Amino acid sequence: MATPLVVSEVAKSFTMHLRDGIRRPVVANVSFSVKAGECVVLGGPSGVGKSSILKMLYGNYGVDEGQILMDHDGKLVNLATAEPRTVLEVRRTTLGYVSQFLRVVPRVSALDIVAEPLQARGVAIEDARARAAELLSKLNLPKELWSLPPATFSGGEQQRVNIARGFITDHRILLLDEPTASLDAKNRAVVVELIAEKKAKGTALIGIFHDEEVRDAVADRILDVSAFSPRKAAA
Amino acid sequence: MSTVPLLKVNDVSKFYGSRIGCRNVSFELYAGEVLAIVGESGSGKTTLLSCLSTRLMPTSGIVEYHMRDGQYRDLARMGEAERRFLMRTDWGFVHQNPADGLRMTVSAGANVGERLMAVGDRHYGNIRAAASDWLERVEIGVDRIDDQPRAFSGGMRQRLQIARNLVTSPRLVFMDEPTGGLDVSVQARLLDLVRGLVHDLGLAAIIVTHDLAVARLLSHRMMVMKDGAVIEQGLTDRVLDDPREPYTQLLVSSILQV
Repeated sequence: MATPLVVSEVAKSFTMHLRDGIRRPVVANVSFSVKAGECVVLGGPSGVGKSSILKMLYGNYGVDEGQILMDHDGKLVNLATAEPRTVLEVRRTTLGYVSQFLRVVPRVSALDIVAEPLQARGVAIEDARARAAELLSKLNLPKELWSLPPATFSGGEQQRVNIARGFITDHRILLLDEPTASLDAKNRAVVVELIAEKKAKGTALIGIFHDEEVRDAVADRILDVSAFSPRKAAA
Repeated sequence: MSTVPLLKVNDVSKFYGSRIGCRNVSFELYAGEVLAIVGESGSGKTTLLSCLSTRLMPTSGIVEYHMRDGQYRDLARMGEAERRFLMRTDWGFVHQNPADGLRMTVSAGANVGERLMAVGDRHYGNIRAAASDWLERVEIGVDRIDDQPRAFSGGMRQRLQIARNLVTSPRLVFMDEPTGGLDVSVQARLLDLVRGLVHDLGLAAIIVTHDLAVARLLSHRMMVMKDGAVIEQGLTDRVLDDPREPYTQLLVSSILQV
């Protein structure tokens, strides 16, 4: 099987046109790859560009230079230049993402938010809901919340809905942006367990974890993002 | 994933005398894709939508549509009768003001049924059954089927207009500010409804809006227009979270946080 994710010489900067066109370099020369069943943790201080890298991998941020190659259904896709519809197709079947915050849609229940990625892949709604219920109970989300839209949930409850939504599919690549940030010890342990299950199934994981205990439990390798600092590259 | 586009737009421009409506717009739209066109008033969004939906003739450029028989047809070269048939069957057009898209003095049921009759349905019972089914899908009580839209609230009228457009299973729907003029709670309900229907029916849609939150919620892709030209386009979350152009950055940074 091909390497699920290869990142090569990626650079990114922001140009703030409303601030007199200030150009703020974020990262340069980012190169790494992730094997199937491996969990790579992005390390380094805040503001060094960890989240930006994750967002570029998801196609959420544009890429100035370089390639992001993913093995999508046996075909190699360069996400850095792919058409919007290709990016969406890759997200549907290959690439999952657990963000820090849940973007809630009015009137959609927690259960359906979690079930949606499976449904989008053609799974019948009853089966998708059953799988969603399984994950939500594993993550200790009280059953009386399942039928409610998560807008009024606490931070930790929303986070668990978000995690369940990200983990429900069998995407080959999974991006995790501080999934345990607002969770208590018991639920952090559940997430560690879920990540171990993904690794055993051969998923390639790339994550940001500030919690050292979680990081040590899941990381196969820590990639120091300060090595990709554009100032260093320029020197 | 379908491999051929439903709509091919090549270098479309529209001038009103020497004034520019929109210029040099090109893109392709595939089945199941929702495209949002955003920009401030006067940026050419509605002119572009009118050119695409044959309500206006472009000054130059070609718009081609993939017909059900598998052929591409140049919309400008279609006969009037054929174009009207397309508008009533394969396409939908949801106006900002429901009164422009509904017949205000016939019943809600007839408003929905009319499009079915246009495609040859003649059985009263079937038409009425389809109409009640659609009223239910857009969350209008079936007991209102014999009422005229004049007696409906703005939100209900807009939902009725959507039902009227979707009853013939169109493949492409144009929407011009579908939530404009509705209050926020009504908007949320309508957006959720449209989102569900687009997903369930696999519709392609082109939505003109100045509301970036609407674009975020409903669309896969977006185009930002300024002074008649498309200045930035791409995946909706990419454009909104990492805007490149000065004007897009201004638009995104002007959103009020609640």
